[in-house]
Amino acid sequence: MATLAEKIIARAAGRQFVSPGEIVTCRVDLAMIHDSGGPRRVAPILRRLGTGLWDRDKVVLISDHYVPGGDEASDGILQLTREWAKAQGVIFHDAQGICHVVLPERGHLAPGMLVVGGDSHSPTGGAFGAYMFGVGATEMAGVLATGEIWLKVPETIRIEWQGRLSPGVVAKDMMLALIGAMGMDGGRYQAVEYGGEGVFALSMQERMTLANMTAELGGQAGLIAPDEVTAEFVAAAGGTPGDWQAWQGDPGAAKERHVWNAASLAPQVAAPHSPANSAPVGDAEGEALDIAYIGACTGAKYEDLKAAAAILRGRKPRMQVLVAPASARDQARAEADGIMAVFEEAGAEILPNACGICAGYGTARLGADVRCISTTARNFKGRMGDASSRVWLASPYTAAASAVEGRIADPRPYLEGA
Amino acid sequence: MPRAWVLGDDIDTDALAPGRFMHRPVEELAANTLADIRPDFANAQPGDVIVAGRNFGAGSSREQAAQALVIRGIAGVVARSFAGIFYRNAINLGLPVLVGNPAVEDGAEVTLDIDNATLRHEAGETGLEPIPGFLLDMVHDGGLVPHLEKKFRGKA
Ligand code: SF4
Repeated sequence: MATLAEKIIARAAGRQFVSPGEIVTCRVDLAMIHDSGGPRRVAPILRRLGTGLWDRDKVVLISDHYVPGGDEASDGILQLTREWAKAQGVIFHDAQGICHVVLPERGHLAPGMLVVGGDSHSPTGGAFGAYMFGVGATEMAGVLATGEIWLKVPETIRIEWQGRLSPGVVAKDMMLALIGAMGMDGGRYQAVEYGGEGVFALSMQERMTLANMTAELGGQAGLIAPDEVTAEFVAAAGGTPGDWQAWQGDPGAAKERHVWNAASLAPQVAAPHSPANSAPVGDAEGEALDIAYIGACTGAKYEDLKAAAAILRGRKPRMQVLVAPASARDQARAEADGIMAVFEEAGAEILPNACGICAGYGTARLGADVRCISTTARNFKGRMGDASSRVWLASPYTAAASAVEGRIADPRPYLEGA
Repeated sequence: MPRAWVLGDDIDTDALAPGRFMHRPVEELAANTLADIRPDFANAQPGDVIVAGRNFGAGSSREQAAQALVIRGIAGVVARSFAGIFYRNAINLGLPVLVGNPAVEDGAEVTLDIDNATLRHEAGETGLEPIPGFLLDMVHDGGLVPHLEKKFRGKA
């Protein structure tokens, strides 16, 4: 009996099976890096090693953290990134959106793959039934040089969501509730596998939000076994879903299991300065705000934009709304559907398809004492701007409803009869 | 004689690599490692060993948490358990990390033997979980980069 994580790791390690706690060396199927932790950090190490890339066709570089540039330091990093991409001949998506969204959108992920990412939200790839995790720059340089990485085979923590989410409640709320209950180390750096009706009822982009925030739950990877929804998405993105039916954990293989009820879940809000400070929206209702930020890999994909627009349609927000669509393709789709027009009519400011204020790099930062409701994944002190700024994390629905009221608000009344 | 620094559970990366020193030169950060919870750690000598409880290195993925201990010449960390990313970073930076629960007093004279996975102390010695084979090689080489350097040089 083996879990999905064990099956993928065993395959990548060239073994029949592996057991938790064992340390194995895996062949890497794909490495993803971005402009911040990528070329500028790994190139000097590769030079020191006197070696090149193990396989440039398996390296995907995506510029997102310092896009669109605009100050000297950011421009320099972007230039270095572009030059390195050209010199090395790696697969390069320049300013097309946030890495975790662009990677699957361009068909690079498929069930059963073992993927290493140079970013802490790399567990996002687990939504496609791939074992994907994040590493630091030193380790990434090792991967780029050798195509190998060592892994301590994780235990699998299974989270089962029974029932289906009610209207106005989304994947973001599921993760905030889990992190609030289990803490930021609840995942113990093991593999977290999400399952149950509530998960398989979700679209791929919603599943990506679950897997993405496994980072805040403290897991190494966050997996969802592939189904037809996965296979369709991968095929439509130009990838190869392959033998996805084979990439399923054996029932009962996971030793630790937590059961949650999706149907009774309320929208959640995490108060400053930790994603673990989450509680049902009612607890934070009425909290005054200055800005709503609809952005990030966690919270500005096409479906996140669609959710926010469902509330903003025909309404005038009482505060500044910033929208940074997670990828150029998602923005194009939202334009075609009239979603971007809703934001424009609502007076929202549209920002580039990049990490933007979520990373807090470059010039886009929250000012002193600003109170922001954000669809991002982390609200650590000072991350998105001035140390005195305060960030509440919520879903795109909740962020949009709060924008309309100028204070934290429950989105559900806005959706009644919609 | 090297000494043991006995710490509790959940020693986090903010204690090891305080945020306010993250943008400073790493030597300055290393001089302040653990300062918030053990100001006397400033007196730690190269070769000393940290003996801690559960979940050592909890928190962020910052490599500097392990790097600070390497710079200070700490011979290794023995803990009941380690946070995952810290464990990876430690091995990759050449810091020996061994799982075990030796009963030693703070300040006791100890010797860490990573090859035999034991901690020797006055009352005898305590066996520890060994660092798996090839990771031990990496630790001996001083971490992932020197380890790979050796490997690539060997090939050339
Ligand atoms: S959007 Fe935010 S969480 Fe996502 S990759 Fe960029 S900085 Fe990280």
